[in-house]
Amino acid sequence: MRFQLRASILAGGAAIALLSAQPPAVAESIFYPHLVYRSGAYAPNGIPFANGVADYVAMINARDGGVGGVKIELEECETGYATDRGVECYERLKTKGPGAIAFSPLSTGITFALTEKVPIDKIPLQTMGYGRSESADGRVFQWNFPLLGTYWSAADILIQHVAKVSGGLKGKKITLVYHDSPYGKEPIPVLQDHAQKHGYIFEAIPVTHPGVEQKAAWLKIRQTRPDFVFLWGWGVMNSTAIKEAVAVGYPRNQMYGVWWAAAEPDVRPAGEDAKGYQGLALHPAGADYPVHKDILKYVYDAGKGAGKREEVGEVLYNRGVIDAMLKLEAVRTAQKLTGKKVVNGADVRLGYENLELTAERIKELGFEGLVTPLKVSCRDHEGARKARIHQWDGQKWVFVSDWIEADTSYLRPKVEAAAAAYAKEKNITPATCP
Amino acid sequence: MIYRETGQFRTSYAEDQAIFRLRQDKIGIAVILAIAWVGIPLLADEYLLRAILIPFLILSVGAIGLNLLLGYCGQISLGTGAFMAIGAYAAYNLALRVPALPLLLDFFLAGLIAAAVGVLFGLPSLRIKGLYLAVATLAAQFFADWAFLRVPWFTNYTPSGSVTAPALDFFGWVVDTPLEKYWLCLAFACLTAILAKNLVRSRIGRSWMAIRDMDIAAEIIGIRPMTAKLSAFAVSSFVAGGAGVLWAFVHLGSWEPLAFSIDMSFRLLFMVIIGGMGSILGSFLGAAFITVLPIFLNQAPALVGIQLSTAMVSHLEFMIFGALIVLFLIWEPHGLARLWQIGKEKMRLWPFPY
Repeated sequence: MRFQLRASILAGGAAIALLSAQPPAVAESIFYPHLVYRSGAYAPNGIPFANGVADYVAMINARDGGVGGVKIELEECETGYATDRGVECYERLKTKGPGAIAFSPLSTGITFALTEKVPIDKIPLQTMGYGRSESADGRVFQWNFPLLGTYWSAADILIQHVAKVSGGLKGKKITLVYHDSPYGKEPIPVLQDHAQKHGYIFEAIPVTHPGVEQKAAWLKIRQTRPDFVFLWGWGVMNSTAIKEAVAVGYPRNQMYGVWWAAAEPDVRPAGEDAKGYQGLALHPAGADYPVHKDILKYVYDAGKGAGKREEVGEVLYNRGVIDAMLKLEAVRTAQKLTGKKVVNGADVRLGYENLELTAERIKELGFEGLVTPLKVSCRDHEGARKARIHQWDGQKWVFVSDWIEADTSYLRPKVEAAAAAYAKEKNITPATCP
Repeated sequence: MIYRETGQFRTSYAEDQAIFRLRQDKIGIAVILAIAWVGIPLLADEYLLRAILIPFLILSVGAIGLNLLLGYCGQISLGTGAFMAIGAYAAYNLALRVPALPLLLDFFLAGLIAAAVGVLFGLPSLRIKGLYLAVATLAAQFFADWAFLRVPWFTNYTPSGSVTAPALDFFGWVVDTPLEKYWLCLAFACLTAILAKNLVRSRIGRSWMAIRDMDIAAEIIGIRPMTAKLSAFAVSSFVAGGAGVLWAFVHLGSWEPLAFSIDMSFRLLFMVIIGGMGSILGSFLGAAFITVLPIFLNQAPALVGIQLSTAMVSHLEFMIFGALIVLFLIWEPHGLARLWQIGKEKMRLWPFPY
């Protein structure tokens, strides 16, 4: 027993010593922190995204020797989609190397928690296609960058699409099945607003985390028979929802998922029954873009791929690639603006605010067809708010609509009002934009 | 040889009733307090403070709260997370709706509100015992989850259901640096530990322990089970509510009901069981085990230079952590605090054990 005691005291001492030890700063590299979840209920969706990011960064390091001649050092930290572990990861990684360039937590809950912390630490928070919707107002949320679209934009685009396909929504019923967390609740205000404007009957049914128990929700849908069901789920919740829809006989082609509920892991478990299921697409799936060729050539041919070769080009994999590309483009812009090679969070924020992806630049990067041009400004941190609808044909995702742009004239005042309320609550003086 | 009471005489009742009667214990606790108050702030970096020590201290407070109820009064509760949530949301709403109140008073009132709800959910304990009571307290957990998810008034009608704590301003002292937050949590932890320790040594604590050991016998010698059980629920919920306030306001800053889900209740329960039921020290040891060990396990492979994939590390973390819990419970079912006690006994005989 005495030995055990001594051993445990030693182990404890060693633990504290190791935890407080900081690795020496590596010269001439930028530090890319990556919060991932490769375990837990959300792993099926977290893994392809994380692989996309890791592969793109590895490819840039191998092909170009990093960004602007500086190597990128990537370190992953497992959050398990839990807010407290996410905060721990953030604290662990933020000061490593020359300082973290930016964080992407891939979780609305962690985003909310980090939104309070990033202005103090001066590190940008890139939340591509998620996060707080009002953070699109860059004057109040100076460190948040919800690039490519927020949930309010997503809800607006979905309503535009279903209004078009059904020829008017008057008297129609729309039901939202949502993950009962900040993520799932985000679109509700916009869907309620539109219900008044378009005259449809709106109902929201929550599903508790992690979403494997949805019988009650779908029995209710069987009773009310809505014209459209919007699915705001993540992880196992999505595939469960499709299976439950099959069980109650709700037609899959009247179901629309948000872009986080419209990827391969969501439809594959339901098998043949998922056919016809539709969802928003921020970008296409597929591995035949120039960037994928480079990833396969420089990373997978060298045997350094993060995942399986055949998973390259899946929806969430591509989203990871785009997420990493946007972050590195912000770094590149920051390098250009500051003249420094090794940039830190504050520099990268400047890079984000001046981030502009023109069609030529997209082609240069090998992303032609994957992303649409975007321009971030001090006022607008979203950059672009477009998506398409795609449908699962049993084998792959097929586009059924063209690019739809969210209605800025409706959304912008709403974003500004919500941001102003936040600024008032937190005593923030909004930045003045040129 | 070093740790021995020989030659230390107690000549007054006050000395005999002291918490730490041995000189060595007094020196020990003084050293620990000095390290905690002065040493760590001088040495620790921001990561250690914000990601490890602050959550550890806050959860220690929560574990003390549950330990008072479970370890001292023998009432199993699976609703600690709920009482933490009630404390957090009560403080949030008080700060939001009655801005005139000073923050410290908000915290205190939030604790009282949590205590009131705790008493309410403690009522079934008058009729049912043991595991059945555990199920009844589970109702508190589900009720809190439901209320804070579904009643928008509690979250000030925020569309996302996530709320943000106001700035921590205590009579002009704005707590915003990690170090100040650490000191604040440490102050709360020390205060709770002293209060709890003295409470369990007092008449009321003794009545709890009598109820825990045998409620019928306790009733026969004149202890009123209702007062004893409900006061245990009240004090426990008050402390848990305070821990919830700290968790929300100091640690997270912005939170959603998921932060106080059933997982939190289970974690606190494990802390108490692994740390040692009926021990204040055990609450701290258990909190350290449950909060710090997984983070350490997660970083250990990288620190010793083994390159493993993130998924592998995370799975290993779960496996080793689970195995350690099982092993500890087999080796020492009475928890880490009991291990420490055995260690102390051995130390008294060292170096000539018989």
